[in-house]
Amino acid sequence: MISSTIGIWNYWIVFLLMMIGLFLVIGRKNFLKKIVGLTIFQTSVFLLYITFGKIKGGTPPILNNAIDTVYSNPLPHVLILTAIVVGVATTALGLSLVLRINSEYGSIEEDEISAQDLVDYHDQIETSKKIDTKFIQ
Amino acid sequence: MISELIINAFLVTVMLAIGIALLRTRTLIFTVVLTSAYSLVAALMFITLDAVDVAFTEASVGAGISTILFLAAMAYLPKEEEENINSQILPALTCILLGGILIWCSYDLPEIGLLSSPVHQHIVPDYILGSRDDIGIPNIVTSVLASYRGYDTFGETIVVFTAGVAVLVLLKNNTQTSKQKNKNSKRKVS
Repeated sequence: MISSTIGIWNYWIVFLLMMIGLFLVIGRKNFLKKIVGLTIFQTSVFLLYITFGKIKGGTPPILNNAIDTVYSNPLPHVLILTAIVVGVATTALGLSLVLRINSEYGSIEEDEISAQDLVDYHDQIETSKKIDTKFIQ
Repeated sequence: MISELIINAFLVTVMLAIGIALLRTRTLIFTVVLTSAYSLVAALMFITLDAVDVAFTEASVGAGISTILFLAAMAYLPKEEEENINSQILPALTCILLGGILIWCSYDLPEIGLLSSPVHQHIVPDYILGSRDDIGIPNIVTSVLASYRGYDTFGETIVVFTAGVAVLVLLKNNTQTSKQKNKNSKRKVS
């Protein structure tokens, strides 16, 4: 019982971590917090992959001369190496987008930004109405 | 053998604690530091899961470079997260539902560390033998990364290059528009 619980304990916690990341992305309105959530989600997916590659009593996949060595699965490691670097590229791009938004709106809260957009939209409609009335006159 | 799994279970629980702390904090600098700690514990976990290459990449890139990027961005951003006005019930419900489904499905996943699980059966023995006989690099991860999946790594390089160009373009526009704004405001004043 205990060994089988430990056997899938990693999966449970990794899924919970994924959900924490997802909640930070969809539940929080702060853009920096959203990017942190994305990072958390990514790292937990990496953990899931590496957990699949583990073999009990295996060694890291570096060849040695012993005959009966069991190597852990190297393929998930390769995939995740690629994914980590791409993840940092994504983070950098997201952060520069946040900086751009901050310089444009003066805020990184989603609510404030959509409120400012709404105000701009109403201003545009009012100016277009004024132009229309001028034409009619 | 089982001690590895117990250490793993402990480390992953530490990560869960860091995740919960992340949910509770409102100070952004604290969030960034917690993310860095999260990446470091993840690197420790990668070592216990035999993924040494992934561990040092995560420790240098995940815990190092992305923390530096976050801190550099923090210099220009507001320091506190504002209280949410809207309710968070719908996102929380979505996450709880999805997490419940995933945990329910986890009973069908193979236990950790079984040699007989499907991941280890198909192509990996060829890679391990080929790394010794065909390529001659002792580190199997390196030989797969650079030789068998070389196009993958090439694509990754292109992705990083594209992201770098995009960041440069965005930040360049950033300074230009702020200068234009300054000019506009000066005109208005004069």
